[in-house]
Amino acid sequence: MNRLNKLFESKKDNLLSIYFTAGYPELNTTVAIAEALEKAGVDFLEIGFPYSDPVADGPTIQHSSERALENGMNLNQLFEELKDLRERVSIPVLLMGYFNPMLQYGIERFCKKAVEAGVDGVIVPDLPMYEYETLYSRYFIDNGLSNIFLVTPQTSQERVRRIDSLSNSFIYLLSSSSITGKNLQLSNAIEDYYKRIKAMQLKNPAIIGFGISSNETFKKACEYARGAIVGSAFVKFLEQDNYLERIPEFIKSIKN
Amino acid sequence: MKYGVNEQGYYGDFGGAYIPEMLYPNVEELRQQYAKVINDPDFKAEYDGLLRDYVGRPSPLYHAKRYSEKYGANLFFKREDLNHTGSHKINNAIGQILLAIRLGKKRIIAETGAGQHGVATATVCALKGIECVVYMGEVDMERQAPNVSRMKMLGAKVIPATSGSKTLKDATNEAMRDWINNPVDTHYIIGSVVGPYPYPDMVAQFQSVISFETRKQLLQKTGSELPQYVLACVGGGSNAMGMFYHFLDDQAVNLIAVEAAGQGVNSGHSAATTFLGREGVLHGSRTILMQTEDGQVVEPYSISAGLDYPGIGPQHAHLYKIKRAQYVSITDDEALQAGLLCSQLEGIIPAIETAHALAYLEKMTFKADDNVVICISGRGDKDLSTYIKYFNF
Ligand SMILES: Cc1ncc(COP(=O)(O)O)c(C=O)c1O
Repeated sequence: MNRLNKLFESKKDNLLSIYFTAGYPELNTTVAIAEALEKAGVDFLEIGFPYSDPVADGPTIQHSSERALENGMNLNQLFEELKDLRERVSIPVLLMGYFNPMLQYGIERFCKKAVEAGVDGVIVPDLPMYEYETLYSRYFIDNGLSNIFLVTPQTSQERVRRIDSLSNSFIYLLSSSSITGKNLQLSNAIEDYYKRIKAMQLKNPAIIGFGISSNETFKKACEYARGAIVGSAFVKFLEQDNYLERIPEFIKSIKN
Repeated sequence: MKYGVNEQGYYGDFGGAYIPEMLYPNVEELRQQYAKVINDPDFKAEYDGLLRDYVGRPSPLYHAKRYSEKYGANLFFKREDLNHTGSHKINNAIGQILLAIRLGKKRIIAETGAGQHGVATATVCALKGIECVVYMGEVDMERQAPNVSRMKMLGAKVIPATSGSKTLKDATNEAMRDWINNPVDTHYIIGSVVGPYPYPDMVAQFQSVISFETRKQLLQKTGSELPQYVLACVGGGSNAMGMFYHFLDDQAVNLIAVEAAGQGVNSGHSAATTFLGREGVLHGSRTILMQTEDGQVVEPYSISAGLDYPGIGPQHAHLYKIKRAQYVSITDDEALQAGLLCSQLEGIIPAIETAHALAYLEKMTFKADDNVVICISGRGDKDLSTYIKYFNF
C-alpha cells in the first residue's frame, strides 16, 4: 500500500492538496515549500514540472511555468532537488505535468526516477487512456507509481467506470470543464454531476480540483468529495516576499 | 489507402489524440461522426455545391509558359489563390462548418497564422450566421494586418494571443483553451492537418479536392494524370496534403514539401521542422516538432506567418520518415525573390508561403518533358507590406 492509499484509509474527509510549479518563483525551493506545506497541515502535494505549451492551464500557471523554465527548471533539475524529499516530507507527493517533457526524458526512466525520489503518483493531463493502457501502463505498474486520471462533467458514465478500473489511488474530478485558475461556480448542473459521481460508488476516492481557491469553495467541494486541490490561488500567493513564512497563513485561510 | 490513417488515429508512429480529458467528449464525437457525415450524400451535395458556386471551384490548372521556359519543363500552377478569400484554406473551412452545423454546434473558434484560415472561417461563419472567434498571435496581427480587418468586417471577433512567440503555436494554444472552457456548443475549426485525430485526416480529406481536380486537369492538358513532380509549401501541411493526397499511391510521382528555413536552417531563426525537429507531442498529436532536449517546444521563425509553426501534421511526419515525400527548405530571402519573380514572369503575386514552394524550383533540374505541378496555395495581397518593405518599392 502506498502513501496515497494509506492517507485515504486514515483520513476520511476534508483532505487538502496543494499544487505548485517547481522552479517558481525560484530554483531550489521545491522541498522547502513542500516541507512548509506539510507543517501547515496539508494532506498531500502536487508538484508541477513546467512545459512551454500548457494548454490546460490558465494565465497564473502559464506564468509560473514560463518563469520556472526561464529559471532553468527541467526534469533533471527537479529530480536533483527532490533528492532529500523523503528526509523532510512524509505526506504523499504527486508530480503533475504535460506528456512531451516526460516522453523526451523517457517514460520508463521517468517512472524509475520518480519512485526513487519518493514520488507516489503522476497526473499527466494530455496522456490519454488509450496510449496509457497500450504503451505505458507497465512502466507505472512495475514501479508502483499511480497514474491519476481526470474526470469532467462531460465524461460519460461508461468512461468514468473505465477510469475507475485503471486507477489505484484516487480520481481527479474537475469542478467543470475548464482550464485552471477559474473560480468554482456552483450550479445545479454541477451539483448533479457531483451527486451522479458519488452515486456511482467508485472503488477509488474522488478529489475535486480546478477552481478551488478559498475556504468557501474548499468547503463546498468537500461536501461532495473526499477533499479538494488548490492550485492557481497558491501559485499566485507565491508571488509575494517571505512566502515560506506565510504559508501557514495561506493554508489557514483555506481550511479555516 | 496505404498512407492513410488507421483506426486508432495513427500514421505509422505518428498521430493519435494526446488531449486532456476536457477535450475528449468533443474529439470523440467528431471521431464517431466525421466519416459518416462526410460520406452522407446530403452533405456531399451541399459541400460540392458551395465549392462550385461560392468558392469558384474547380480552381484552374494553369500552364505557366514563361516559368516553363525559364525552368525547362512543363510547369503547371494549381490556382488555389483564385479561390474565394484567396487561398486553399476555404476548402477546409466550408467542410468543417457544414459538419459543425450537423453536429448542432452554435459557436465556432479557430486559430490563424497568416490570417487566411481566420478569414476563411470568418467567411463561412458569416455565410451560415454563426458566431465566430478567431485567435491570432499578436505578432501575426501586425504583419498580416489586412486580414485582421477582413475578419472584423466579416463579423468575427479576433482575440490576440500574447504568450510565447505570439504566433501560430500560441494562437493554437489559446483556441484549445477556449474549447476546453466551452465543451458543449463550440466547434473548433482547426486550419491545418494538425491536432488530435480525427483532425489531420478530416482536414486532409477536405483539402484533397486539390489533387482530385489536378489529376483530371492534367489528363486533359498532358494526356496523363500523373506528373513527375508535385510541390507545395508546408506550415502545418494542409495545402501540401491536399496537393499530395491523390498522388500518394502513385510512386512515380515525386512529392516535394517545402518548409520555411527562415534566416537559414542553422541560424537559430528557422521553422524547418524536419531539419530541426525530433519526435514528440504537440497540440494533440505525436509528430515531428522543434524542441529542446528537455521537450520544451522551440519558438520557430519565418517571415511567412503561415509557415511559422514548430511542428508538421502527423501524416507529413510519417511520409517524411518512410521517405514517401521529400522535405526541403527555403529561406526568407529565397522566398521573397521567388515571389518577385512569379509576379513579374507570370503576373501572379503569390502569398509568401506559396513563394517558398516556387523558390525550390531554382534548386531542381528537369528533363524537357517533365510535368511539374506547384500548388499556388494563396495570393499575396496580405503580404504586400512585407514585400514593399523588402524590395523598397
Ligand atoms: C497561402 C497559404 N499557404 C500555405 C499556408 C500554410 O498552411 P498549410 O501548411 O496548412 O497549407 C498558409 C497558412 O496560413 C497560407 O495562408
